[in-house]
Amino acid sequence: MKDSAVFKVIKPGLLTTVQDLGRRGYERFGIGAAGAMDPYALRMANLLAGNEENLAGLEITLQGPVLEVLSDCVIAVTGANLQPRVNGKDIPMWASVPVKKGEIIEFGPLKSGCRTYLAVNGGIDVPLVMGSRSTYLRGNIGGYNGRALKKGDVLEKGEEFLPLKRKRRLAPELIPTYSGQISVRVIEGPQANMFPEKSREKFYTGIFSITPQSDRMGCRLQGPSLEIEEGYEHITDPVPPGSIQVPPDGNPIILLADRQTTGGYAKIATVISVDLPKIAQGKPGDQIQFIKVDLQESHKLLKEKEKLFRLLKLQLRGVMS
Amino acid sequence: MDFICLPAGDRGILVQFKNEISEQVNEQIIALSSLLKEKQIPGVEEWVPGYCSLMVYYDPLKTDYKKLVNILSSLQVSNTCEMRKEKRIHNIPVLYGGETGKDLSDVAKINRLTEKEVIEIHSGKIYRVYMIGFAPGFPYLGGLDPRIHTPRLKSPRVKVEAGSVGIAGKQTGIYPLSTPGGWRIIGHTPLPLFQPDKEDSPSLIQAGDYIRFVPVTEEEYDSIKRSVEKGGSIFEGFSRV
Repeated sequence: MKDSAVFKVIKPGLLTTVQDLGRRGYERFGIGAAGAMDPYALRMANLLAGNEENLAGLEITLQGPVLEVLSDCVIAVTGANLQPRVNGKDIPMWASVPVKKGEIIEFGPLKSGCRTYLAVNGGIDVPLVMGSRSTYLRGNIGGYNGRALKKGDVLEKGEEFLPLKRKRRLAPELIPTYSGQISVRVIEGPQANMFPEKSREKFYTGIFSITPQSDRMGCRLQGPSLEIEEGYEHITDPVPPGSIQVPPDGNPIILLADRQTTGGYAKIATVISVDLPKIAQGKPGDQIQFIKVDLQESHKLLKEKEKLFRLLKLQLRGVMS
Repeated sequence: MDFICLPAGDRGILVQFKNEISEQVNEQIIALSSLLKEKQIPGVEEWVPGYCSLMVYYDPLKTDYKKLVNILSSLQVSNTCEMRKEKRIHNIPVLYGGETGKDLSDVAKINRLTEKEVIEIHSGKIYRVYMIGFAPGFPYLGGLDPRIHTPRLKSPRVKVEAGSVGIAGKQTGIYPLSTPGGWRIIGHTPLPLFQPDKEDSPSLIQAGDYIRFVPVTEEEYDSIKRSVEKGGSIFEGFSRV
C-alpha cells in the first residue's frame, strides 16, 4: 500500500463522490462543471483541514460511508449533519479532527441537510482531468475512475499544504442551519417574459416541494403548475447552474452541478450563486419558496461571501504560522 | 450587431440573437465567439455557443454586468453571413447497417426506401454543427433530409455504444459516450468524438464546424478502428467549403 493511501472504503454509502470546486472552461465542448453541490461547505471543510479551499474532498449524500483510516491525518466534516463518529465516538462537525491509522470513520442517521463534505489535510488525490478532480458521473470523467466510490476502493491524499499546529473550529454564526423550509433568492429570466403573468405570480407566491427524482443534475420540484405562453417554442440554449427550467408538464427543475451545458426549455428564473448551497442541502420533501432579487443585490451578497473567505484565510494563515 | 443581452443568473450574460435556427444567425454567434477568444476581456471566464444565443460567463468580482454588456455591444461583428476564410469539414467514416447499425432496415422500411437509398441520402450532404451540448462532444447538426426523418424508438435502449450514428425525428447525430438512448441507430463511426485526455480540445467537433458522413466498408472500418486504438493518426481530413 502506498504511503499516501489515507482511506479504505469499507461501505460506500448511498452516493459518495470525489469533488472539488468544478471543472471550468470546457462548457463549449459540452462538458459540465460538476464539482461540489454545496461549494460553501466544501470550501469550509478544506480550510478547517488546513487546505487551500479548492482541493478535492468527499461529497456524501443522505447516507454516510464507512471509512478505515490508513494513515494519521486531520479531517474536517461539514454540510449535512450525518452524525459523524470515529471509532464509535461522536466528533464535532465544522472543526478539524485528527484521526489515527486503524480508526474507523462512520456516520449515523441524517439529522439535517442532504450532503456532507469530508476534507482531509492534503486533499483527496485523484488525477486531474481537464484541470479538476471532480467526478462528472454522467460522463464518467474525473474523480475516482469517473464513478461513485465502491467497497474496497483506496483513496490517496495529496501533500500536506501546511501542517496544522492548532485545531480549528468554525465560529457558530458561520455554520448554516438546514431546515425543511428553504427561501431561495433568484434573478428573473432569461426567459421570464415567455411565462404569462399568472404563472410568474404562482412562481413567486407558491410553495414547491423537492421530489425524490432530484439528483446532482437537477432538483426536481412539484407545486403549482407553471404554464408557458401559448405557441412559444424554446430553442435549445446554454444554461448556467441554478437555471430554473420549466418543461411542458409545468413542474420546474433547478439545474445543478451535473447539469447538461445546454437546455431545451424556457427558464423562468436563475438561483443566485450564494443560494445554490441551500438547494444542495434540500432533501426530498423539503419545501422551497422563491424570492426575486436584482442583479446588484446578488453581486453584493456574492462579494460579502468572498470577503468572508478572504478574511478567514488571512486569519488561518496567522494560526498556522 | 443584432442582439440583446439578458442576465442569466449572477454570473452569466445571455447574448440573444434573432430567435431562429439559421446558418446566418449561428454564423454571427461563431463570429462573436472568436472575437471573445481574440480579445481576452478581463473577467470573462468562458462562453458557450447555442443555436441563436451565446452564453458569456463572467466573474462578478473582476468585472461588472453593465461594463461587459457595453463591451459586447461595441464588438464589431458583421450582420451579414460573411464567409469565414476557413471552415472545418470533418469527414466522419461510418459503417452503416449490420450489428452496429441495427435500425437501418427499420428506417428504410418506415420511409419506404431501400437501405442503400437511406445511406445515400444520409451521407449525401454536409451538415452544419450549430452547437455542442446535451453531452460531452455531442454535435447538434442541422438539416436532415425530410425523406429520412424517422420517429424515435418507442422504448429507449438501455445502452447505445459511443460512436453510434442515429436519427431522431428531424435530427441526426452521433453518440459521443455510451448512454441510454432512443435514437434509431443506422451506423457506427470508429472515430472518438470525445477524448477527455485531450485537454486543449476534448471534443473533436466544435460549434461552427461541418460534418460529412462517409460510408466505409467493414475492412476500412476495422483498419481505422485499429489505427485509433493504437493512438495513431486517425482518418480525419479538414477541407475547405
